[in-house]
Amino acid sequence: MLLPLQQLFVTRLVIRLMTIDKNTIPRIARLARLEIALERQSALSEELASILSWVEQLNALDTAEVEPLASVTGHDLPLREDKVTTGNDPDAVLSNAPEKTSNFFVVPKVVE
Amino acid sequence: MTKNVSPLVEGRTGPWEVIIGLEVHAQVSSEAKLFSGASAAFGAGPNEHVSLVDAAMPGMLPVINRFCVEQAVRTGLGLNAQINLVSVFDRKNYFYADLPQGYQISQFKQPCVGEVSITIPLSDGTSRDIGIERLHLEQDAGKSMHDQHPSKSFIDLNRSGVALMEIVSKPDMRSAEEAAAYVSKLRAIVRFLGTCDGNMEQGSLRADCNVSVRRPGEPLGTRTETKNLNSIRFIAQAINSEVARQIEILEDGGTIVQETRLFDNTTGQTRTMRSKEDAHDYRYFPDPDLLPLKLDAAWVDHIRDTLPELPDALRARLLDQYGLSPYDASLISEDRAVAAYYETAAAGQDAKIVANWMTVELFGALNKMGLDLADSPVKPDQLGKLVGRITDGTISGRIAKDVFALMLENGADPDQVIDEKGFKQVSDTGAIEAMIDAVMAENADKVAEYRGGKDKLFGFFVGQVMKASQGQANPGVVNDLLKQKLDG
Repeated sequence: MLLPLQQLFVTRLVIRLMTIDKNTIPRIARLARLEIALERQSALSEELASILSWVEQLNALDTAEVEPLASVTGHDLPLREDKVTTGNDPDAVLSNAPEKTSNFFVVPKVVE
Repeated sequence: MTKNVSPLVEGRTGPWEVIIGLEVHAQVSSEAKLFSGASAAFGAGPNEHVSLVDAAMPGMLPVINRFCVEQAVRTGLGLNAQINLVSVFDRKNYFYADLPQGYQISQFKQPCVGEVSITIPLSDGTSRDIGIERLHLEQDAGKSMHDQHPSKSFIDLNRSGVALMEIVSKPDMRSAEEAAAYVSKLRAIVRFLGTCDGNMEQGSLRADCNVSVRRPGEPLGTRTETKNLNSIRFIAQAINSEVARQIEILEDGGTIVQETRLFDNTTGQTRTMRSKEDAHDYRYFPDPDLLPLKLDAAWVDHIRDTLPELPDALRARLLDQYGLSPYDASLISEDRAVAAYYETAAAGQDAKIVANWMTVELFGALNKMGLDLADSPVKPDQLGKLVGRITDGTISGRIAKDVFALMLENGADPDQVIDEKGFKQVSDTGAIEAMIDAVMAENADKVAEYRGGKDKLFGFFVGQVMKASQGQANPGVVNDLLKQKLDG
């Protein structure tokens, strides 16, 4: 089962791709770094197709004159003053790092 | 004069046109980062300038820095570009070890600054207009170090979340020289505005170069992108080497692969970074953590009203007010500190001579000493006074160089040096006449030759008299008196 957030993420992709073919699932899974077994892919493909067609109901509405809605709260983007209020605590930043040395995160080599 | 003809590169099989577009990343000068309260300063120990937002801890919310927005707007206004009163932040998704969020917050469809063009000067005296497509705000990523360990990379997130302005040009440049001139111009503008310190060595300003070649009049060729060039010289080198590489491949019947390349500054060549086999799909979408950025038109107007004098206006004023040559005016208007030094030095003095002394003698000396203008041992009023002593006849231009050398050594005042070393120029006609008489007596044969029609010897006599005076005789007076005596 996908987590709700991943589901949302995948849904957005599919909307942009518009159609789902047999390459869609492996492709978006790779982009999202998800490992999806081959035997699960066709079922997932059907699920995504049904989500997509459900969302497509929105196309029945004419939104040509409607401004895109970013929020329903009526709030404006809050802005912060240019002041240094945090930092200088590498121990806290690194506290969950699986591996660290001399205050660096240490990860498997990521260069060709 | 604006140039419309593209410079072409001659290959083995005919001419090629080079097409260049640049993405310049300019770090916003600010105290704190774009969406967190961690310091944006360069040079701290690893992971010291990192908030839990920058480290992408779960549940952290980005809150935008008002001043970073102001700096982007100021830059847009300084470029004379359209300011978009509504802009939107998007997530640009990709995975990399120094990008803890798994996405970069950027602006995709609705940037805060829109289109404009800037004029760049070229070495042949012409200029060209280069289009800018947009300027948007985005986060910087962290820094990966790959050379510390055989199988591991080390990650420092100090830069993660620092505010960048990405300035995207149109594919309007046609040579490495134009690209270099474009970046120099942008750099001068942001430095004058105070919106980016322009320090390329520290990475505050860097460029990605998109380069392709085509036969004149043909459709665009496939481009490559060379990333993260952090000096104007490297930008020019990378473009030239990439153009040569592409032309060679095409002339051998090959095709250009669209890819990202890296510049190796030890070889001056570019090399493949990653192929686009898994073509980038950044899956942009509006960041749900951030509402649209709405600017108040009055606030934008206020920023516009407080813009400082910019390089083009300053250059025009230097031409107009001081009568400088276009070359000197360009050199001096490149940097606000240089211009301020010049204007102080030139006050009440011969402005052209001051410009000459500054760009030739002073810059040459500082270069040799490895000093910045700010650390110059010779202060601007002292340089002005030195020039004053040349124009009022106290010392000759040649002696002034000796005085200047001593001023550089200990920051002394020119008058003090002239007094102490007895450098005062001799304009006393009696003393000079005596020297001329002595020189003529010693060189009676040459006097005869001169009078016999060998005019060229005049210079010899001037040299001898100047030597006798140890360079302190007023050359004008020497010339006049010599002429009288030799011809008389």
